[in-house]
Amino acid sequence: MRFLSKFAMLAILTAVAPAAFAQAGGTSTITVEQPWARATPAGAITGAVYMTLTNKTKDQDRLTAASSDVAAKVQIHQMSVVNGVMKMRQLVDGLAIPAGGSVTLKPGGYHVMLIGLKKQLIAGQTLPLTLTFAKAGNVSITVPIQAIGATQAGKGGMGGMEGMQGNESGGMGNMEMK
Amino acid sequence: MRARQWVITAAAGVAGFAVIALVFTLVVIAPQQIGRAAGVASIGGPFTLVDDTGATVTEKTLAGKPYAIYFGYTYCPEVCPTTLFDLSRWIKALGPDADKLNYVFVTVDPERDTPKVMHAYVDSFDKHIRGFTGTPAQIAKIATEYRVYYKKIPTSDGSYLMDHSAMIYLMTADEKFDTVIPYQEKDATALAKLRNLITTPSS
Repeated sequence: MRFLSKFAMLAILTAVAPAAFAQAGGTSTITVEQPWARATPAGAITGAVYMTLTNKTKDQDRLTAASSDVAAKVQIHQMSVVNGVMKMRQLVDGLAIPAGGSVTLKPGGYHVMLIGLKKQLIAGQTLPLTLTFAKAGNVSITVPIQAIGATQAGKGGMGGMEGMQGNESGGMGNMEMK
Repeated sequence: MRARQWVITAAAGVAGFAVIALVFTLVVIAPQQIGRAAGVASIGGPFTLVDDTGATVTEKTLAGKPYAIYFGYTYCPEVCPTTLFDLSRWIKALGPDADKLNYVFVTVDPERDTPKVMHAYVDSFDKHIRGFTGTPAQIAKIATEYRVYYKKIPTSDGSYLMDHSAMIYLMTADEKFDTVIPYQEKDATALAKLRNLITTPSS
């Protein structure tokens, strides 16, 4: 079963690869808004990236893979907390982006998980990320890194990094007292 | 021949009675025992682990102060760093009273979370928070005692993730269960629970 799905994904990727590269860079049919990553504690080898993906076409698309220079590998995950238990699952078949719709990856739901971090993610810095879609192909983005306690993208997404320098001196990023 | 049949019948009868007795024990008596053991007072218990400096620690290491204990793993990208960050913020908010509690992060992934990994990890949070790890058997024991659920979930690349209970347990100075702080608790509620724990007298 797992083999079949992998095979299917490989077949899809191979089939759409030429179109993918043609569409990369500004003209992609998928838009990525408000990407952000959570700063990591020292010694952590995983990190999470969140964003909103919008599919402008009339056909469903699928986020099938991702890669980044800062991580050995990148997976697409879904997490949930049910009855006090945190469950995290790898979305082996990727994440569907409905036709004309959008999907938000956010804490408590979907995330792009960076595994085998090559460096600590520091608030205020950025990391490169390439997302691979079944139809839209590759989309490369720059992801701002927010404080560990952040729960959403900074104001204005790519900008709005003021006051998010780490968790020292009571710095709380945009984590407001609830 | 007839005698032999009688013996077989008798043996079957004895075996049948034994099965009934066993079932009675398991179904009727055992749950009462377990039920008693599962009472609020039974959360927690003796343990032997190592802290993030490599030193051996036991339940006596925490004795004398009430404590907050959280189970997670450093491979966790969201719930664990968020929880430890929240806890760090609450510790700061407690001010000098923060010293009246112990704070521990116990890994449920001892295979990857060595003392060295734990040390680097907890070092990124408030300095009050200590990291405990141990052998898989030692972790299994403390998890059972604290009724913490955790389970390995394999990933496509031959690695694994961990499902785990995502709440902070608050324990009194004499190791009695007080309450929990669930994931994403409101700051005011969490602080009220921590302050209450500080002032709870030992029985």
